[in-house]
Amino acid sequence: MIEFEINGKPVSVDADPDTPLLWAIRDEIGLTGTKFGCGIGMCGACTVHVGGRATRSCITPVSAVEGTSITTIEGLSAQDNHPVQEAWRNLRVPQCGYCQSGQIMQAAALLQDIPAPTDEDIDAVMTGNLCRCMTYPRIRNAVRQAAAAMTQGNSDNG
Amino acid sequence: MLKRVFWATSAVILIGAAGFGIYAYKPAIEPVDANSRTAFDPEIVEKGRVLAAAGYCSECHTAEGGPPFAGNYPMDTGFGTIYATNLTPAKETGIGSYSPEAFRRAMKEGVRRDGRHLFPAFPYNHFTKMSDEDVDAIYAYIMTEVPPVELETKENELPFPLDLRFLQAGWKLLFVDFDDYEVDQAHSEEWNRGAYLAEGLAHCGACHTPRNPLGAEIESDQYGGAQINGWTAPALTPRNASAVPWTAADFKSYLTEGVSANHGISAGPMGPVVHIGIRELPESDIDALSLYLGEKSGTNNGDPVDTSAVVRSLERGRPDPQYRKDQGERLYATACASCHYNTEQIAAGRPDLGINSATNLETPDNLIHVILDGVSGPEGIEGVVMPGFRDALSPTEITAIAAYLRDARANRPAWPDLAETVTRLSNTAAPAE
Repeated sequence: MIEFEINGKPVSVDADPDTPLLWAIRDEIGLTGTKFGCGIGMCGACTVHVGGRATRSCITPVSAVEGTSITTIEGLSAQDNHPVQEAWRNLRVPQCGYCQSGQIMQAAALLQDIPAPTDEDIDAVMTGNLCRCMTYPRIRNAVRQAAAAMTQGNSDNG
Repeated sequence: MLKRVFWATSAVILIGAAGFGIYAYKPAIEPVDANSRTAFDPEIVEKGRVLAAAGYCSECHTAEGGPPFAGNYPMDTGFGTIYATNLTPAKETGIGSYSPEAFRRAMKEGVRRDGRHLFPAFPYNHFTKMSDEDVDAIYAYIMTEVPPVELETKENELPFPLDLRFLQAGWKLLFVDFDDYEVDQAHSEEWNRGAYLAEGLAHCGACHTPRNPLGAEIESDQYGGAQINGWTAPALTPRNASAVPWTAADFKSYLTEGVSANHGISAGPMGPVVHIGIRELPESDIDALSLYLGEKSGTNNGDPVDTSAVVRSLERGRPDPQYRKDQGERLYATACASCHYNTEQIAAGRPDLGINSATNLETPDNLIHVILDGVSGPEGIEGVVMPGFRDALSPTEITAIAAYLRDARANRPAWPDLAETVTRLSNTAAPAE
């Protein structure tokens, strides 16, 4: 049994230690918002947060996340209104949508670390998240918009 | 004194007006009965079909979706809209009652059968260079092969006084040379054949020669390039903007296939000129046209394939080889930078690999171990994991990433045994979890 926390809830998974975390999340736990893309950590569709870090779940063995805290697209925000999600909706970023949960998880991690990213920062961090529909210009806009909203929100609260 | 000047001036004006009236007056030509027309020699009819196609008569004499040759195609002349006439042999609204003489006069002098002047939207200033024999062949074709369609031609939308047809006589006086095509002895017979076709039937200059404010082609700037229907009809002179000069071979390919590999395709208003037009001509005529146009454009020799413009353009179009050379950097951006990123400072838990011990050690083993097998939750920073790339990346790719980190990020001399180390560690089983 491998135990960890997912979206705030403790889970224990009975799986081979080598099972990719992605399959544990989708097949054992039943959260299918996280997608399988390339299977070799090169496209970013399977991105989740492990300990707050964007992590490619397709090449992470489930045994490696023992005792960690994982967030998937379903748990990013209780009301699905994380500023990144809002920006994604405002700018109608997705086209086919397949890569987008990975994109959103990567962008959320980026903004946690770099609250006001430059375009170079965005490119550097988001380059590993591929989009076959080429929505990159909208992704970049949405990251900017989310960054502005988050900075605004912080100063309002502070 | 003043009186005398007045009378003298008036007399000059009157005589001038009378003279102009005589010049402008064209008699009507008797209508003929279509049923009385004798059949034409099929060879002449076929020749006329080819010529009518190569002069693309139907392009302007057919309205969009309308019956062929039945007119009403709107031509925006810049002075107002002129509707092309009905060229079918219909008796009332077409040219069914035109005799060969009336048709010849219309083509070569721009005068209707009833004696009224035609507007120069109809390029009679070119067709006047055609031989009577060629004009008669087109007549034979239209009267024999084109189905008669009674369709009234719409009223032109021209402002006064431009709508006064008799004033067209003055325009002709000023701008039209009604002489026959004159053979240029300085050039070959083939060149002259090309010139005859280009200046007459094919009326290239109607689109490719710029016009003066009164709408006449500027003779001194023949083929200098002009705007037509929102498109540019490029110059057919050395001023042509192409990167590579046009040769006769280019023109031939363009006028028959609709494409010149060194320049482009026939599109817009030029599309039908080629595709329903000039390509109908016999090959010898297209050769002649191509020769003529090739010389007009400046050069007619040499194969542009090796010119520096072509070589440079091909070079610029090749993918940047840097893309492949930087495989390690590219893979890093895709596989590693989603987590290994920093801006002004190194954040805890975001190892900056340029100063990381693993990339600065004498041997690459530690770095390769981590890339192959990752870092699990209980290791390193608790609760954070790094995936392993053992089954995701090939030894060659892992080598590329490590070499990039060592060279570009740590700025250290290359590990001499890097590739061997990656291969050796890849072949060793992953540690049991």
